[in-house]
Amino acid sequence: MSALPLCFDVPPYRLSGVVYGALLNHAPLLAALGDGVNQAPYKAAPKAPVLQVKPRNTLAADGERIEVPAGVPGLEMGATLGIVIGRTACRVARAEALSFVAGYTIVNDISVPQPSHYRPAVRWRARDGFCPIGPRVVPASDLPEPDARVVRVSIDGEWVHETSIGERLRGVAQLIADVTEFMTLQPGDLLLLGSAAGAPLARAGQSVAVAIDGIGILRNTFVAAGAGA
Amino acid sequence: MKTARVAYGGAIHAATPSGAGVRLADGRVLAEDAVVWLPPFDVGTVIALGLNYADHVKELARELTVTTRDEPLVFLKGPGALIGHRGFTRRPAGVSYMHYECELAVVIGKTAAQVHRADAMQHVAGYTVCNDYAIRDYLENWYRPNLRVKNRDGCTVLGPWFVDAADVPDPHALALRTRVNGRVTQQGSTADMVNDIPALIEYLSEFMTLRAGDVILTGTPDGVVNVNIGDEVVTEIDGIGRLVNTIVGDDLFGL
Repeated sequence: MSALPLCFDVPPYRLSGVVYGALLNHAPLLAALGDGVNQAPYKAAPKAPVLQVKPRNTLAADGERIEVPAGVPGLEMGATLGIVIGRTACRVARAEALSFVAGYTIVNDISVPQPSHYRPAVRWRARDGFCPIGPRVVPASDLPEPDARVVRVSIDGEWVHETSIGERLRGVAQLIADVTEFMTLQPGDLLLLGSAAGAPLARAGQSVAVAIDGIGILRNTFVAAGAGA
Repeated sequence: MKTARVAYGGAIHAATPSGAGVRLADGRVLAEDAVVWLPPFDVGTVIALGLNYADHVKELARELTVTTRDEPLVFLKGPGALIGHRGFTRRPAGVSYMHYECELAVVIGKTAAQVHRADAMQHVAGYTVCNDYAIRDYLENWYRPNLRVKNRDGCTVLGPWFVDAADVPDPHALALRTRVNGRVTQQGSTADMVNDIPALIEYLSEFMTLRAGDVILTGTPDGVVNVNIGDEVVTEIDGIGRLVNTIVGDDLFGL
């Protein structure tokens, strides 16, 4: 897959390049819609996990420059825990789920902000470079309580956003159970737990750091499209 | 030229047509049912189009609140969905509407970024047939079409052959059809795509760099019907291939 210059390229921490991500996995994101979740076009709150694919063109490494498309004032920094699958996971029970995890990393699930969650165009989430990953994979044994971590985002050196992973509607184990009910995950696949409400925006010219305690800091800079990524 | 990837005798082989069967690269000639057919090329990003045939838009319009004037409806799939020719696809117990979709699959042959439609076809390596199942019972109105409908294990069938682009002079003039247990249930022509292949490559490559092995599933025409356990579903595109799949139940999966 993508030639990511990552320093953890040994099994079982080698990434396959396949990335699935949870969306709307933080209660305030749905709460912000109020009764809108029951109105058209949604008509009901999500039952199964809301999921996306981040294709291989979106993969980027720690330190890479990422292009902000023309006409877009800011990109949403979807800071999230990345769950690295360690062995083939098919219809995994929640109680067993953590034993399928090789380790954890940091991911910035970048998107162009959109008001609708009904059928937003893939191009808002799947642009080149919109999925920076890194700087390393921490073995699961070093992060025994993944849901207790704190995720922080800084823009130009100022910490602007902080949440606990534990606030997610589905924690790590539940998400793995619900996803593998219908799609098998393979070693090296990444499953993103999903970002929190209030994700900050970054503009061209800014530097962003995403930190998760116990894993490290993922840093990227943003440039105007055409300025060379 | 047509090529396939098959498993036989403990290894994976490149294969070419030989009568009704296949010839492995090492010279062995085998019957079609003597080998296990895999997706016929090394698949990268799987990009699928919803509602890319005018008649299918009409078929689903009430439900989907979409018009053909909107931008292409694109969704992405993961590798676990893929299986090859003569494979088995599971219909979970209790679902009421699972349908096939016969689609022309366009395989990218070289890196494509910011490609104009006039230059698009030179980035196409070739074609194969896709049967992209959906289970509509699982449809939810969040980031449609949601993965539980369209990205289930074994629900995207590819093959049997990868056909070189040079052997398909006009990919927009191919008849396609689906037969369920021998009865024709879907018929159409790739001439009726709303967004044709150059338009799709131009649209996609504006925001995502396409690479060799990426595949665009170009959508399906009118005529999707429910399929049941035991059904043999044959999706066929003239000049490209005849792709066979069988619907099976939970019992084979220990459920």
